[in-house]
Amino acid sequence: MIDLEHFTPWSSLAGGLLIGVATAMFLLFNGRIAGISGIVGGLLRPIAGDIGWRIAFVAGLAGAPLVYGLAAGLPLVHVDADIATLVVAGLLVGLGTRYGSGCTSGHGVCGLSQLSPRSVAATAAFMLAGFVTVFIVRHLIV
Amino acid sequence: MQLLMALLTGLIFGLGLIISGMTDPSKVIGFLDLAGKWDPSLAFVMGGAILVGLFAFRFAATRKQAILGGPIRLTTMRHIDRRLVLGALAFGAGWGLAGYCPGPALASLATGGSKPLIFTIAMLAGMAIFEIRERITRLAAKKAA
Repeated sequence: MIDLEHFTPWSSLAGGLLIGVATAMFLLFNGRIAGISGIVGGLLRPIAGDIGWRIAFVAGLAGAPLVYGLAAGLPLVHVDADIATLVVAGLLVGLGTRYGSGCTSGHGVCGLSQLSPRSVAATAAFMLAGFVTVFIVRHLIV
Repeated sequence: MQLLMALLTGLIFGLGLIISGMTDPSKVIGFLDLAGKWDPSLAFVMGGAILVGLFAFRFAATRKQAILGGPIRLTTMRHIDRRLVLGALAFGAGWGLAGYCPGPALASLATGGSKPLIFTIAMLAGMAIFEIRERITRLAAKKAA
């Protein structure tokens, strides 16, 4: 059953295109892959001359809601997870994206755009785990 | 110039995440909840991003250098191993639990209150554990050699 009440095809497509444009700009102008977990992870293994661009990108990303807020009201968000869940989830995401060499952006967008078999496998794995986890939490436990 | 472009692309990326709905964990979980009332919106986010990405990466393959100079750094890794799959599974589980992946969490820090902050600190801790374990493995390998 499709949730028509929350379905936002146009704004989601527009946002997706914007993410694609940012990915394309970073690739063509800077010669780099816009994979968020890789960019942030690299800051924890600092190499001289390889830090500035990472900080600049993260600053832009983190500043986005401030810029958006100047133009329009920020969309309402809802975080259901409690503190303990957020901590476990954060640890899993941090460890998983580094061992798996990427997240939704690195594998899901950049990797799939290159039709990389490695990224197809990783994307299939994290989507599957996401579906199963939500099924367990929403339909089996509660 | 490279730094300015990195800042700008990070900003556009973040605006894309906000406009698309990715910074709303309940929307992400709505997409992952196939058995409930399913919100397919996130498929449109990925579709839109990949649509542009397909052209960009094809074009990049024809260029020798990035526009601002330096090489275009693409991953050349092709193999699928245990580490990749187990890592991706763990990431997916965390994503499903909280509804945050790394980009949206960072793009929610400035305005989202304490929850994205707690998630981000835990995520950085997870990444730091990876770095420490990698360093220990490298040192052990060096010792053995």
